[in-house]
Amino acid sequence: MCDLLQIKGLAKTFNRGTPNEKSALANINLVVDDGDFITMIGGNGAGKSTLLNCVAGVYPPDAGEIRIDEVNVTRWSEYRRAVYLGRVFQDPMMGTAADMTIKENLALARRRGQRRTLRWGVTAGEHEKYREMLGELELGLESRLTGKVGLLSGGQRQALTLLMAILKTPKLLLLDEHTAALDPKTADKVLDLTNRFIQADKLTTMMVTHNMRHALQLGNRLLMMHEGRIVVDVRGEDKRRLKVDDLLQLFERASGRQLDNDRMLLS
Amino acid sequence: MGQILTAAVALGLLWSIMVIGVYITYRVLDIADLTVEGSITLGAAICTSMIRAGWSPVVGTALAFGAGMLAGLATGALHTKLKIPALLSGILTMIALWSVNLRVMGSANVSILRMPTLFTFIQRFGVSRYFSWIILGGLLALALVTALYWFFGTELGSAIRATGSNPNMVRAQGVHTDNMVIIGLMISNGLVALSGALIGQSQSFADIQMGMGSIVIGLASLIVGEVLFGKRGFYMRLLSVALGAIIYRIIIALVMELGMNPNDLKLFTALTVAAALSVPYLSAAVRVKRKPAGAARV
Repeated sequence: MCDLLQIKGLAKTFNRGTPNEKSALANINLVVDDGDFITMIGGNGAGKSTLLNCVAGVYPPDAGEIRIDEVNVTRWSEYRRAVYLGRVFQDPMMGTAADMTIKENLALARRRGQRRTLRWGVTAGEHEKYREMLGELELGLESRLTGKVGLLSGGQRQALTLLMAILKTPKLLLLDEHTAALDPKTADKVLDLTNRFIQADKLTTMMVTHNMRHALQLGNRLLMMHEGRIVVDVRGEDKRRLKVDDLLQLFERASGRQLDNDRMLLS
Repeated sequence: MGQILTAAVALGLLWSIMVIGVYITYRVLDIADLTVEGSITLGAAICTSMIRAGWSPVVGTALAFGAGMLAGLATGALHTKLKIPALLSGILTMIALWSVNLRVMGSANVSILRMPTLFTFIQRFGVSRYFSWIILGGLLALALVTALYWFFGTELGSAIRATGSNPNMVRAQGVHTDNMVIIGLMISNGLVALSGALIGQSQSFADIQMGMGSIVIGLASLIVGEVLFGKRGFYMRLLSVALGAIIYRIIIALVMELGMNPNDLKLFTALTVAAALSVPYLSAAVRVKRKPAGAARV
């Protein structure tokens, strides 16, 4: 199949020309194949989130080009790129509208990338469909369709956001540490769900994580970033054989120093 | 006393349309929009000037609504396209409208005494002055609440509501949030100007100063409505803020009847709103204090 995402010479510097100048991305080149499930790791400030946000159109890049499905979207604003993208964020509050009901949130997501018309916001047929889908999450949400999202727990909100991200099948699923704010048990559950959705629809995915175990367990390709560069890129059989120790060694070789970041989980 | 209450209810109904407009910006979009201070006068100025120039009150009222929408468009463009903070954008439009309103009226005020208004149409059927306000204001408020309930249930309306709740999420769902904010501000200010047009016709008079403090009156009515009639469902919420406008007018009529100096009215309203807005914070602070030492562990 063709390359789903092509990134050429992407660079991004924050606070340019000030004492706080920080080069977040330095000349990133990356080709993501259709069907790739990429896990991304790296220390704080390595540029993982910035890379996802540049793909999503949150930040305009300083240089470089981003193509999704052969279309050059470098100059597209965030809302236009949403046609291609499903996104889940680290903060469970960020992916849903708290003041609206579960049903309304799902209905908004089902129309991702479509013109908003004066047709009714949630059709009668959608209700039953959403109830079934929520039932599959096994979080007891199917009986709370008309309840406000603001009353849900972080884990429930994150599972809902995930469902919203794939409700209209995205070309590319961007997961930005979407389990980092959850307790370990809930995180595992949401991650399980993530994997299930991705396998079921063969979704092309980029998943940032701080958890090395998750990065190794999931996906067919692993990227490690350091100081705005991709320093490790392993895939297929090589990735399957990879152990945590190998990762640490790879990191040391690539960065020239010991891994000292306590936010990077080794367990 | 009966006469005073009737007048309060009648005036409250005319203002209720303005309060519904304030609800759309303040509660739905989560923006405190000061444009209303100018757009309520704009509505009155345009409608009375048109009537004075011999136009039908229907045309004048419709044009007032359209002009209010343009005022909302100006604030929305300043805020979303030029990235000026919402509060300041509203103030800028409000100040600009002062000059616009003087241009429209040609002087500081316009009188349309004994000229036809929407209310004189109704009065022809033998209805008294205040009851003509109640009939037209009530019907219009009810029709608008119903129309807005429908609109905010559509895909477009849902997207506007979601923008007020979480713009990040809405952008990720492919909605141009700038446009949602602009549409919301346009509807809101259109309603405020419509209310101004009705108020101007009801008193057969428009005055450059009539919008002063109207945002505070709007907020006071909105809060009174929410406190008294709850927040159940969108239709009920719209209806309750409209009722809030009536209750507010009744409260004002009563305190005036009790001998309050009319000059103190704005101070009274401002204090009421300040008190009502600080209740959530104060009650939370009291709850924390009451907790016994050691129990504050999170």
